[in-house]
Amino acid sequence: MLATPPAPPEGEGPGETVASRFAFYQRAGGVLTPLVTTVFAFFIGGLVVLLITHKNPISTYKAIFNGTGLNWFFPWISHADRINAAFNLQSTLLLTTPLILTGLAVAFAFRAGLFNIGGQGQYAAGSIVGVWVASSLTGMSGFPHIVLAILLGSLAGAGLAGIAGFLRATVGAHEVITTIMLNWIVFWLAGWLFGQQGPLQTSRERSLTQSNDIAPNTHLHVWWGNPILQGLHVGFFIAVAMLVVYWIVLNRTTLGYEIRAVGYNPEAAGYAGIDVRRAYFLAMAISGGFAGLAGVIDVLGWKFVLSVDDVQGQAGAGAVGFLGIAVALLGRNSAVGIFFAALLFGALLNGTSDRHLDPAVFPPTLAENLTLLIQGLVLLFIGADILVIYLWRARRRVVPRKLARTSST
Amino acid sequence: MADDALALELRGITKKFPGVVANDRIDFDLRRGEVHALLGENGAGKSTLMNVLYGLYHPDEGEIRIGGELVSMGSPKDAIAHGIGMVHQHFMLIPVMTVAENIVLGTEPRREGAILDLGAAEKRVRELSVRYGLAVDPRARIRNISVGRQQRVEILKALYRDAEILILDEPTAVLTPQEATELFKVLRSLADEGMSIIFISHKLNEVLSIADRITVLRRGKKIETLPTKDATEAGLAKLMVGREVLLRVDKTAADPGATMLRIDDLVVADDRGLAAVRGVSLEVRAGEIVGIAGVDGNGQTELIDAITGLRRPASGRIEIAGRDLTSADARQVLDEGLGHIPEDRQARGLVLEFTLAENLALEDYRRPPDSRWGWLFPARLIARARRLLREFDVRGGGPSARAAALSGGNQQKVVIAREVGRDPRVLVAAQPTRGLDVGAIEYVHKRLIAVRDEGKAVLLISLELDEILSLSDRILVLYEGGIVGEYGPETPEEELGVAMTGGGRKVAAA
Repeated sequence: MLATPPAPPEGEGPGETVASRFAFYQRAGGVLTPLVTTVFAFFIGGLVVLLITHKNPISTYKAIFNGTGLNWFFPWISHADRINAAFNLQSTLLLTTPLILTGLAVAFAFRAGLFNIGGQGQYAAGSIVGVWVASSLTGMSGFPHIVLAILLGSLAGAGLAGIAGFLRATVGAHEVITTIMLNWIVFWLAGWLFGQQGPLQTSRERSLTQSNDIAPNTHLHVWWGNPILQGLHVGFFIAVAMLVVYWIVLNRTTLGYEIRAVGYNPEAAGYAGIDVRRAYFLAMAISGGFAGLAGVIDVLGWKFVLSVDDVQGQAGAGAVGFLGIAVALLGRNSAVGIFFAALLFGALLNGTSDRHLDPAVFPPTLAENLTLLIQGLVLLFIGADILVIYLWRARRRVVPRKLARTSST
Repeated sequence: MADDALALELRGITKKFPGVVANDRIDFDLRRGEVHALLGENGAGKSTLMNVLYGLYHPDEGEIRIGGELVSMGSPKDAIAHGIGMVHQHFMLIPVMTVAENIVLGTEPRREGAILDLGAAEKRVRELSVRYGLAVDPRARIRNISVGRQQRVEILKALYRDAEILILDEPTAVLTPQEATELFKVLRSLADEGMSIIFISHKLNEVLSIADRITVLRRGKKIETLPTKDATEAGLAKLMVGREVLLRVDKTAADPGATMLRIDDLVVADDRGLAAVRGVSLEVRAGEIVGIAGVDGNGQTELIDAITGLRRPASGRIEIAGRDLTSADARQVLDEGLGHIPEDRQARGLVLEFTLAENLALEDYRRPPDSRWGWLFPARLIARARRLLREFDVRGGGPSARAAALSGGNQQKVVIAREVGRDPRVLVAAQPTRGLDVGAIEYVHKRLIAVRDEGKAVLLISLELDEILSLSDRILVLYEGGIVGEYGPETPEEELGVAMTGGGRKVAAA
């Protein structure tokens, strides 16, 4: 064989599947782009604050930051501040916990080249089954009862997403459509289950459209802070453990290998004997399992009861299931990235809740919407940074991608 | 300084990419009315040079003169304005639109300033196609016409824009031998009309039959420009590669053993449900290469899919080493001892985002030693990859390099390493050298012969008649889904060509 000249690689440029295109941009952007993206989103958010309130956005950001409790890590704050910061940080991490899991749900499907947009429905399915299991079977002792609730709740999420995966695998129905439709089935199912005369409506007060309270011994143990003030429960560790599980499944198991192969190139995977349809189904089911787990953990960790409004009010973009999409995108589908992205959004949700902001300076409605605003900007800029990298590369090579890829040199 | 006979002059063109000098002070000139071939291996810098000329790249150094006048190409628009037309390897046509609509796209004739005058467009297209002997129906839709016709549309598009210099990038890569012959006639008549043509290729026989002069590039440098009458295949190959190349593979006579692959009266439907393979019967024995010749679209894809378990046959029977695998899936077939080099290595052979180690494990990842009880051992994948990469001389990256980072020849070596490394009983090689350069082709051919000599059965499906003739011990011609004849390896190319287009005698396949 001749010594081949250092030919420009044939496969240069973004690939043909979502997953391979994403991997391409990830390599191109590294960790810098998500960071820049986030800073930029905050900067624009600050401009909005300035325009609306005519107040210095720095002080608003300071209030938000202190509201997140992240100042707990600063060694110089006073004892009184530290107590307050600890409480705030617990709240932040309480919100981070489900976001890690819903982020993992989106990311896992993404690695198979699928877009699971139904995290909210799977989260709700997990909550519903979780609250049902934990509020019935009251004779069971605590630990097995919790384990059973977590298992069945996760399975509910897995089953729901599995339907979408199954439809994609068998008849090719696009998972974006089916997962959204399944969301609504769950939302309305909750309306029936917990609504007036519903089979799971609370027996305590017939005018309340909610479930029974879960058994006290199924409450997740609070390991940091005051259980009455809702300190941080052990579900946080479950979420962090799932980050490790996510990495291991993808990189150290044959299933993960299959899913990544299918995500990057389903055709080549099929040629090599990998069952692409099975991979689609399993990837969706596991993805839904993560979201379902988030739902159970929230119920066992701090909700303890589920109302129709809880489920149906979460159909909007600020809900944890949908935020999971932002978390996965900002975290670039990596375990570490998802942790920090979940922390960011958890902190935002908590830091902008109106109790941390002076209502005289900052109208509460704006405070609530600031999270949404920054979330939207982050998503916009993630979309844009992919675009910017694309344009930048395209400009540098001048030649459009199709030409470059197909020319013989 | 301006030479009146020169249509185009490139002086000292240098174009650098990160880590690579794609063009290193290249001089090139084109006389009026000549066909000038640009010959070189993949990666030699041919397309880069032409992209510089066409305004797609800006050169770091050097000048471009057209008709003696110094010009600067800011974009393809400038190039078109200077009378340069380019026919890309992959066509830039819109399938749902008609021939005429595609040709006038971007410079549509208008009535009253705004209304598209399709009638005028069709008339103009008809005039051009008559004048240059490029027969096409202006009203036909692109998706309904053959690839050869589509290429004519691309040429007409350039002519419509008053091109005087025509660049064709690997124009025959997508054509049947017949279509290629027709293209050469068209090019010759265009040149006689005064058109100047740059013909990019890495195929020696083509260049020799069409060009007036030949410029050879190697690793970004111009090696030589010579008149075709002074050139020989062997000489050109040496210029291209930089050393002597075996153009014809050395092989001994086959010593066939037991039948390894047996296909009986196989019928396979295509995606539309129509029978694409119609009653094919064939046998491949251990230690022989059976070549299937045929024009693209005569059932090759469906036949390969059926053998490799990717498509269920409608009827008939497929046996590997005596075992019925007619309705087995891809994994079962692979596990029964089939190796498969797919026709499109990037789409089907490799996961480009995967590392080489992961790609080499694509079929064996789920059994020991690669994995056990679903647990993967990446270190073992890497160890095996290291061994295979050395054995198959893959260059351009180690086990942890991504497949996308390799050149086409090395990517193909990775596929071959995986398939041959599994020690298959039957190897199905579909278009194994498509898009590869001379050196890489030589390697692949030698490997296939070696596989045969190890006593494996090889089924070679190729659109390249040269390849079929130089490798096969027996040749079967596939036409409209059926085997229309069996031929020996010494059969003249013309005879096979006739059979491939339906003129052959019907002979029962062995």
